[in-house]
Amino acid sequence: METYQPASTLRVHGLAFGYGAEPVQHDVSFDVKKGSIFAIMGESGCGKSTLLKALIGLLRPSAGTVHFGAQDYWSMDEAQREGFGRRIGVLFQGSALWSSMTVAENVALPLQMFTRLSAPSIDALVQLKLSLVGLENSWSSLPADLSGGMRQRVGLARALSLDPEILFLDEPSAGLDPVAAKRFDDLILELRDGFGVTVVMVSHELASLFGICDDGVFLDAQSRTVIAHGAPKILRDSAANPAVHSFMARERPESAAPHAQVNP
Amino acid sequence: MGRRCGTVQSEGEEPSRLSLIVSNESDAPGLATRVDGGDTRLTLSGDWTLPHAGSLPKVGPTPAGSDAWFDRQDLKAIVFDTAGLGRWDTSLLVYLAQLRRDATLRSIRFEDAGIPSAARRLLALLPDGAATPAAPAWRPGLVERVGLNTLSTWSEGVAVTTLLGRQVLQVGAAIVGRAQMRRIDLVACLYDAGIAALPMVALVNVLVGGILAFVGAIELRRFGADIYIANLVGIAQVREMAVVMTAIVMAGRTGGAYAAEIASMQGSNELDALRVLGIPVQDYLVLPRVLALTLMMPLLYLYASFIGILGGFAVAVSMLDISPGLFIAQIRDAVTMSEVTFGLAKSVAFGALVAIAGCRIGLKAGRSAADVGHAATHAVVVGIVGVIMVDAVFAVCANALDI
Repeated sequence: METYQPASTLRVHGLAFGYGAEPVQHDVSFDVKKGSIFAIMGESGCGKSTLLKALIGLLRPSAGTVHFGAQDYWSMDEAQREGFGRRIGVLFQGSALWSSMTVAENVALPLQMFTRLSAPSIDALVQLKLSLVGLENSWSSLPADLSGGMRQRVGLARALSLDPEILFLDEPSAGLDPVAAKRFDDLILELRDGFGVTVVMVSHELASLFGICDDGVFLDAQSRTVIAHGAPKILRDSAANPAVHSFMARERPESAAPHAQVNP
Repeated sequence: MGRRCGTVQSEGEEPSRLSLIVSNESDAPGLATRVDGGDTRLTLSGDWTLPHAGSLPKVGPTPAGSDAWFDRQDLKAIVFDTAGLGRWDTSLLVYLAQLRRDATLRSIRFEDAGIPSAARRLLALLPDGAATPAAPAWRPGLVERVGLNTLSTWSEGVAVTTLLGRQVLQVGAAIVGRAQMRRIDLVACLYDAGIAALPMVALVNVLVGGILAFVGAIELRRFGADIYIANLVGIAQVREMAVVMTAIVMAGRTGGAYAAEIASMQGSNELDALRVLGIPVQDYLVLPRVLALTLMMPLLYLYASFIGILGGFAVAVSMLDISPGLFIAQIRDAVTMSEVTFGLAKSVAFGALVAIAGCRIGLKAGRSAADVGHAATHAVVVGIVGVIMVDAVFAVCANALDI
């Protein structure tokens, strides 16, 4: 595909992060190639979303670097980092739409804040972004009146409003029915192929991982670091690590099964 | 020789009354023991379910210790026979786990082979030996508490000062339209802190004005100085009551609302969504609210003063037989421009205080539903107490400056 280019858009090196003294994960390193769909995988509670927070500037890592292109994100000052936020788009877990604003206002706010476009141009752009996610008719609905899947799509439209270079998605298909989840995956593929946007997604939905991701890392909760690199499909077929293998194959690791502790 | 213990159900005996009440279809749990050399075989029967919990063999600190069979010195092993066991749930597991724990403590073998395999699997999930109590959480001593409180008070002071300073700096930017806030948000906040507050402010102040007139009348009548009721109402209302009562009303309805609104945005990650985009929360959320309340409070104060005097006037004229013309002339004489300026200055300070307290408390709230309620309550309390404290400072300053 012509959108694949070897240059890394995002390079993470030796990252350690957490909330208290003890890091949730340490020594996390990976490269995200431009135009790829990169998965951050791992069981619940292993620190996937926390890693995402360190990548989008919500949590300062205790060690390591995050490079966007040539820029070291956490060595920039606060004003520069704020400006940098306009180059990335984030879809939060549960979409985090601004609940007091309509769908259109949610998508329009970043444009109003950071561009000098006229109101009609902003409206046209909002219309376009909402059409991209198939919600052009929900223009004036409030987030509370939408279904979970629709909210996720509005969240995606908002994340796309400033045409970001990298799109971060935190469990985009959590809570969606299989059909809606598939539709969402197709949408992400379309965006990547159409706009060349790089996508970094946190997920443990196997169908999404196998369906659309071409690279990824697997975080382990026990050793608190990355235990596998590669496309989810390849990890499924040839991962040497039993934890990765059992996750991908949807099997219970043997040591964790309660009956294994019982004497026969 | 077989002995029974716990809730014993001998053959042919009617099920206990309790089990009949609970369910007609279930059998009461039973436990029979049979000594076989060093082994004791426990035969479980009936339904070991939570509805029968009252008639299950006792579980306590030493559950089986009260039973004679368990106290035997030559007891080597406990084996089970559960062929007659009916339905069971976690109450069975609790009993078995306690038995296993006590057996382990006395080095008695606990042979679980006779237990249904599903129950055995679940039993394996429970801790084996005596449960080790979790290490008590670290509790700071007096010195540590003083230190921690000092540090948190200091950092909170720094945060509030930074917030206040940022607001002052941003007012300039807002005037030239360069602050990162939406005009529509400011208009909504202005409406909410202004027009929407009018009825409540009016009600409170008309009553306060009337009350002042009544209270004044009691004393002033004794000296035949009825007409000074107008002075009392006018000065008290313009100097103190209108501005303080209005600030208290606004702390209750607007300060609390600001805190709750921002705290609930915190809970649904809406603030993170702003931060990631690089939209400064202090400008986008706090500035329109602080501006609105700071601009509206002086107007509300003037309105409240007028309404309060009107309340006093109504009471004085209708119930205390004071002539309307005289009352108005007296008010004009008593209420000077400096009183009004003093009140206006206070109203600006109170407006800013209530708004900043509400926003700051909302911003530092946690992410749960209870945190939203706590933030709202806290903002109201801080607003009211803060207003009265700042008013006291104003009073002292006014006294020193002879205003």
